[in-house]
Amino acid sequence: MTTVTPKDMPIPAQLPKPAPPVGAPVRMTGAQALVRSLEALGCEAVFGIPGGTILPAYDPLLDSTKVRHVLVRHEQGAGHAATGYAQATGRVGVCMATSGPGATNLVTPLADAHMDSVPVVAITGQQSRALIGTDAFQEADITGITMPVTKHNMLVKDPGEIPRAIAEAFHLASTGRPGPVLVDIPKDVLQEQMSFVWPPELQLPGYRPTTRPHGKQIREAARLIATARRPVLYVGGGVIKARATPALRELAELTGAPVVTTLMARGAFPDSHPQHVGMPGMHGTVAAVAAMQRSDLLITLGARFDDRVTGQLSSFAPDAAVVHADIDPAEISKNRRADVPIVGDCAEVISELIIAVAAEFQSSQPDLAPWWQQLHNWQETFPLGYDRPTDGMLSPQFVIERIGALVGPDAIYTAGVGQHQMWAAQFIRYEKPGSWINSGGLGTMGFAVPAAMGAKLGRPDVAVWAIDGDGSFQMTNQELATCAIENIPIKVAVINNGSLGMVRQWQTLFYSERYSQTDLGTHSRIPDFVKLGEALGCVGLRCEAEADVDKIITQAMEIDDQPVVIDFVVGKDAQVWPMVAAGTGNSHIMSARNIRPLFDEDGS
Amino acid sequence: MTEHTMSVLVENKPGVLARVAGLFSRRGFNIHSLAVGPTENPDISRMTIVVAVDELPLEQVTKQLNKLINVIKIVELDPMMAVQRELLLVKVRADTTVRSQVLETVTLFRAKVVDVSPESLTIEATGTADKIEALLRMLEPFGIREMAQSGMVAMGRGPRAITASPLR
Repeated sequence: MTTVTPKDMPIPAQLPKPAPPVGAPVRMTGAQALVRSLEALGCEAVFGIPGGTILPAYDPLLDSTKVRHVLVRHEQGAGHAATGYAQATGRVGVCMATSGPGATNLVTPLADAHMDSVPVVAITGQQSRALIGTDAFQEADITGITMPVTKHNMLVKDPGEIPRAIAEAFHLASTGRPGPVLVDIPKDVLQEQMSFVWPPELQLPGYRPTTRPHGKQIREAARLIATARRPVLYVGGGVIKARATPALRELAELTGAPVVTTLMARGAFPDSHPQHVGMPGMHGTVAAVAAMQRSDLLITLGARFDDRVTGQLSSFAPDAAVVHADIDPAEISKNRRADVPIVGDCAEVISELIIAVAAEFQSSQPDLAPWWQQLHNWQETFPLGYDRPTDGMLSPQFVIERIGALVGPDAIYTAGVGQHQMWAAQFIRYEKPGSWINSGGLGTMGFAVPAAMGAKLGRPDVAVWAIDGDGSFQMTNQELATCAIENIPIKVAVINNGSLGMVRQWQTLFYSERYSQTDLGTHSRIPDFVKLGEALGCVGLRCEAEADVDKIITQAMEIDDQPVVIDFVVGKDAQVWPMVAAGTGNSHIMSARNIRPLFDEDGS
Repeated sequence: MTEHTMSVLVENKPGVLARVAGLFSRRGFNIHSLAVGPTENPDISRMTIVVAVDELPLEQVTKQLNKLINVIKIVELDPMMAVQRELLLVKVRADTTVRSQVLETVTLFRAKVVDVSPESLTIEATGTADKIEALLRMLEPFGIREMAQSGMVAMGRGPRAITASPLR
């Protein structure tokens, strides 16, 4: 028997309906208006889960040919996937959830996107207007709850307001300092009829981000750059968000100054570039930390003097003057006082700095040779490195280093949070912006898998590897089922050390090796990550010996029609070095346990 | 720490007060007083916020407030160049034996009696925080039964208006 699809059936002749004039109002439901608005804004993917109050929105979504909905397994996965998508593509990531628990499950990814300034729009269903405030079923005051963790949020009480609310949400999320915006829409507002007009007029009288830097400050910064003896370009994630990496390279080569890239800026400046001295901060390279500590001028671009970078603030970079450029005026002089504050978009700031510095250099260019001699000395004496575990177990750093070497700089790497994240930041060589996606500010375990899913969906032709820990992986691995069903073939390298490694490292160093609640039992194969991967529709692989590492990575690279999970069973005693212990000054950086090169240098 | 008075123009939308109050509490700043009301433009409300902070945290408060999408404009008012007023309603024990003394104090402070009963007077007074405080000190011996006080509202002196610039 053959079935006749509607497409094959003859269409009776009928007069075509005249198309309404462009911009004329069209009658439709609030839900249809929501989907039409998403389409008009170029949204190609929504990560979400339907439920009672958002149900009206899912009906027109079924008919949309432009918006692909990815049905996730937990709303946290939807939020991180939207973040991964946004970080990989530079576009707004969109997630959707129902009211109550659906919405509250988005709180963690929203807080995560807020801390890392990622353009994400979350759309949540809400109980019908008449029920708001009555403790109705699945009612949660999600605008109240997410106020501190979003750039902005709104409750839409009139269906006629939906197009403007969505357009404003996209505009707010993606301009100025990017960030998450939540739009909460009651069920009856989605169901009610309204007149759809596009484009809507944005009404944001209080929102005027400054993108163009002040000329006087630029000239002042250039003057300092021209006279500095020990300058450092301190580069943060803002440079990637502003798509200013080519300009950054030009500025770096013009000034000849060393470049440090923060955890959020890995890939903003090629690791292979001779002026790159590494990542600063708690687990940065000795050269990067020392360069900032001894610097006489920090040229800060889209970075925010986070405590993980500065260590003890009072003793951070004591001799440095500070040029601080950021699009968010509130970041300037928040932690460290700026001598030259520059409010503006990093792309505009850097291109204007290039002109101003070039002009200054015509009269005098500083001799940075002695500074580079010192920097090279630190680099040669304290290179990044690791020891093989003494118990014969696989070295986690070796595994990550080999993944980076074999998969290469064209791929995208995501990470969970913990030791594996730091090793992935240290031992994979990043050459391009957007190739490293992690949870920097909030430190959200469970970020890697859903973020990789979002990144792969946004850039399907690029290999996406999630470097995850066995602890992080167990928080969100259910999204692998989503990946398998939706054909999003990511690779997951579980760096399985059987424990909550970073916490264990602190227990080793600061709690007399008393390992309270950090043994996850994953080395006893509970769960068995190979079987778990297979159960979730992935190829499951395991690697326990150094000799097999390259072979198994290559094997995974050859699989492109299914997600792959590799259980790398590694030793549990490996530690992340260098390290600045929390609360201590950066001069106390330890290149290995109890070895403090800068402090010893000071003492001699 | 010194007191600073800020006039904040905000969009007249639900939840704006919660955003402002939440920002102060989560960033660890203390609000001394906060008064909010309509302006000549029905779409805009004006908040007068008095905070006790040092210069540097004040800069941070202002910048963080400015980041709120619904905040349109912030002006710090110099107390020397601004009119500052608080409103006080106070119910004082005032039977026939002391009533005339209470009324004398009311006159002295250019306050007003707005309600009267055989054993009490309700007095309305407006003025600076200092004046209100002085009045209360004078009334205290008679016995204060109940009082309600508004936050401070303030406005710069001279012809200029902070709302005058057209809203974009």
